[in-house]
Amino acid sequence: MAVVRFPGTNCEFDVVEAVESLGATAEIVFHDRPSLGAADAVVVAGGFAHGDYLRPGAIARFSPVMSAVAEFAARGGPVIGICNGFQVLTEAGLLPGALQKNAGLKFRCETVELRVETTDSALTNRATAGAVLRIPINHFEGNYTCSPETLAELRAEDRVVLRYVENPNGSVDDIAGVCNAGRNVVGLMPHPERACHELLGSTDGRPLLASFL
Amino acid sequence: MTFEVLVNVSLRPGIADPQGATIERALPALGFAGVADVRVGKSIAFTVEADDEGAALATVQDLCHRFLTNPVIEDSTVSITPAATPVS
Repeated sequence: MAVVRFPGTNCEFDVVEAVESLGATAEIVFHDRPSLGAADAVVVAGGFAHGDYLRPGAIARFSPVMSAVAEFAARGGPVIGICNGFQVLTEAGLLPGALQKNAGLKFRCETVELRVETTDSALTNRATAGAVLRIPINHFEGNYTCSPETLAELRAEDRVVLRYVENPNGSVDDIAGVCNAGRNVVGLMPHPERACHELLGSTDGRPLLASFL
Repeated sequence: MTFEVLVNVSLRPGIADPQGATIERALPALGFAGVADVRVGKSIAFTVEADDEGAALATVQDLCHRFLTNPVIEDSTVSITPAATPVS
């Protein structure tokens, strides 16, 4: 598995640790690399790529590695964007919508409950539909926003992957995660890699990560 | 020719603006009455070299669409003026 790191990414080691605990091998791929190597799954990890200057993900999407990520996604390979990685994937046009500043302007750092809305995605095919998962969030710009037309399309095509049980950030329709039409690219604001060990207070992230390994 | 460019980036109509709303809520406590519809954006200033103003505008609009704004949530307005003195 490849874990993409930009200057300012800070969750890449958490992702590597979590997926290795699930039996996978992972390699961190720096943003200036034009290739993902032989990876059969890609995670765009969280953090503050390029300092979030201009907008989160706005500069990261022009990095050489993103062309490789787009090609990998077009071939149907699983691509998961977590937190800042979700923002990068929306800026890159691999996922619809955008992430705005949280309603209430508070940085939210807490464990929240998420409902699995579909198991037909690269992130949830080993989860249980309707299950409520306890996963941490850690963001200031996680307020999912999209046009009414896009929202209607996401609902009609069952592409809202995860919803917040209690909306922490103002996201439209309580959306915590969405997938692309091919269902192989998924973005979510919560951090499943931080919910993979009893010592961290939850293991609910494991079925999500196991889904694309 | 050198042109001075000012790009104003604003949230599209209908997109919630948490910063604007927070500023607006603070105004009565600060003694400002009658101020409403607060929207927060950003301005980006730079210079661009182009043959003429039309070419400069085309470059800037492309730049706005692909990079300076996220068209899902943001609009931009552009003002372009020939630089008063050549930039050395």
